[in-house]
Amino acid sequence: MTCFTGELLSSAVMGGIIDEQKPMMQQPGEIKALSLAEMQAIARKLRRHIVTMIGSVGSGHPGGSLSAVEIVSTLYFRVLRHNPRDPQWPDRDRFILSKGHAAPMLYATLAECGYFPVEELSTLRKLNSRLQGHTDHMLTPGIEMTAGSLGQGLSFSTGVALAGRLDSKPYQVYVLLGDGECDEGQVWEAAMAAAHFKLDNLVAIVDRNGLQIDGWTCDVMGLEPFNSKWSSFGWHVIEADGHDFTRLEEAFSQAKTIKGQPTVIIARTTKGKGVSFMENNADFHGKAPTPEQVEIALKELE
Amino acid sequence: MAPSVSVREAYGKTLVELGRQNPDVVVLDADLSRSTMTHFFASEFPKRIFDCGIAEQNMVGIAAGLAASGKIPFASTFSVFIPGRCFDQVRMSVAQPQLNVKLVTTHSGITVGEDGTSHQAIEDLALACALPGLTVVVPADAIETVRVIRMAAATEGPFYIRLCRPGLPLVHNEDYRFELGKATVMREGNRATIIAIGTMVATALEAAGNLQQAGIDCRVLNMSTLKPVDEAAIVRAARDTGAIVTAEEHLEHGGLGSAVARVLARQHPVPVEFVAIKDTYAESGPPAELLRKYGLTAADIERAVRTVVERKG
Repeated sequence: MTCFTGELLSSAVMGGIIDEQKPMMQQPGEIKALSLAEMQAIARKLRRHIVTMIGSVGSGHPGGSLSAVEIVSTLYFRVLRHNPRDPQWPDRDRFILSKGHAAPMLYATLAECGYFPVEELSTLRKLNSRLQGHTDHMLTPGIEMTAGSLGQGLSFSTGVALAGRLDSKPYQVYVLLGDGECDEGQVWEAAMAAAHFKLDNLVAIVDRNGLQIDGWTCDVMGLEPFNSKWSSFGWHVIEADGHDFTRLEEAFSQAKTIKGQPTVIIARTTKGKGVSFMENNADFHGKAPTPEQVEIALKELE
Repeated sequence: MAPSVSVREAYGKTLVELGRQNPDVVVLDADLSRSTMTHFFASEFPKRIFDCGIAEQNMVGIAAGLAASGKIPFASTFSVFIPGRCFDQVRMSVAQPQLNVKLVTTHSGITVGEDGTSHQAIEDLALACALPGLTVVVPADAIETVRVIRMAAATEGPFYIRLCRPGLPLVHNEDYRFELGKATVMREGNRATIIAIGTMVATALEAAGNLQQAGIDCRVLNMSTLKPVDEAAIVRAARDTGAIVTAEEHLEHGGLGSAVARVLARQHPVPVEFVAIKDTYAESGPPAELLRKYGLTAADIERAVRTVVERKG
């Protein structure tokens, strides 16, 4: 199996922008930032992977995978310090996917970074694959947490952030939650704790696509006033367009300057983003596109 | 009978010892640090204890994150809350990823007493044993508790360790060596074997003493590692003595009795009786009276032994 990702890795390194806020030594193989034009291209590529993977196996969660593409690619190609050649690098920034059903989006991102071959994406959800239906920490390089049962990632991330502080590690902890996931009580237990422990090395991002399986979040279980819920729990709240790379990067930069409290970025997104018939359609939360639909989607994503 | 010694205090003080030896040992509690005795650790290592408030699910998740980052977290609360209240957190955040989290709970079983059914964990072992990869240990006294806690800290992987509220008579000597996954022969005998865990080990020894006076010599095993259970010791006991009685302060379903019966059914069927709480919840009351009413006394074990001895003919 050839490793296409080596090529992308080197172009990422060559075309990278040196981030002056990161004075630490670069590790060999550490990913450097992509340019804005490259980001647009990678987002399209990730969406094509997502649709193809889910379509090929005939099950999975396209809607919430597509909505989070810009959020996660901004992190992996512009913000995180990480090293696909050394996934366990102790000083790496952590990205924790709490909404584990968006696994295809994260697998596609990790593969494009070089954590494993892009060809492996076609094994999603198949027997003996490292790419499980929901993320599995034991199997997949680069996956920080086993997830799938919602509501547990913010607690886990709080533990990772506490450990980083205890050891005076420079890493930041980023955790992505779904908005529907915030129905879970454990999210608010963790929100209270992270603020109580003053974890300014922790940034939560909520993929605020407004839809959950049974419909609009406001109809199923109202979350509003959502921003003030977080701020009343002691979090610094930033709102951002979750499909705008520049706004997202500004939000991540601002989050780094906030001291003494954790930050949450409420990223407004469109579920199913990029595929016309999936956009704002709760039916595609957990339903795979047919082969014909895959074809249409891939045309739209050219 | 020997004077009772607190297993919870043994736990709390061993944590302090471990904390001095290894800076990666951290402790979590959920607003019960004086009951679980993690407060000893808190006094000496205030930066390495995280009181999570009354939020056990969050505590288990935080422990998982700490473990994934190289720490050795001990998370404690009452046995009704872990694994019961946090079953899915223990399952997905700890057991499935095989993280190095030590779940140590106190106030198990009905000897918690007057607090009543809401606080009496009688199904926790069934829940814990159902999870692949989770090691389950139930120490029988304070000496064993110290050994088990030290061993858990030194052994990679998730543990559920179950302690009780009352002090327990010492059944082991100071030179006792705990070996994970190995039952301890507490006394020899050839007519039947009583296999016990936790609070019921001392009771089993009392029963065996009474039975000896009646001419029935029983082997007594302390099966402190409930999972993975010591299959060889169970089969040996069945071969040597031909009859088995299990004794546990837990429901008959899913605990020690079920584990022993599974091994015997497959490898060496012999008559078995189960001294355990039948399919019911208990109630408020003094621990000793509850043990009597719900069938967990030495007399209950003696009756069960006579039954299996008779059945084997």
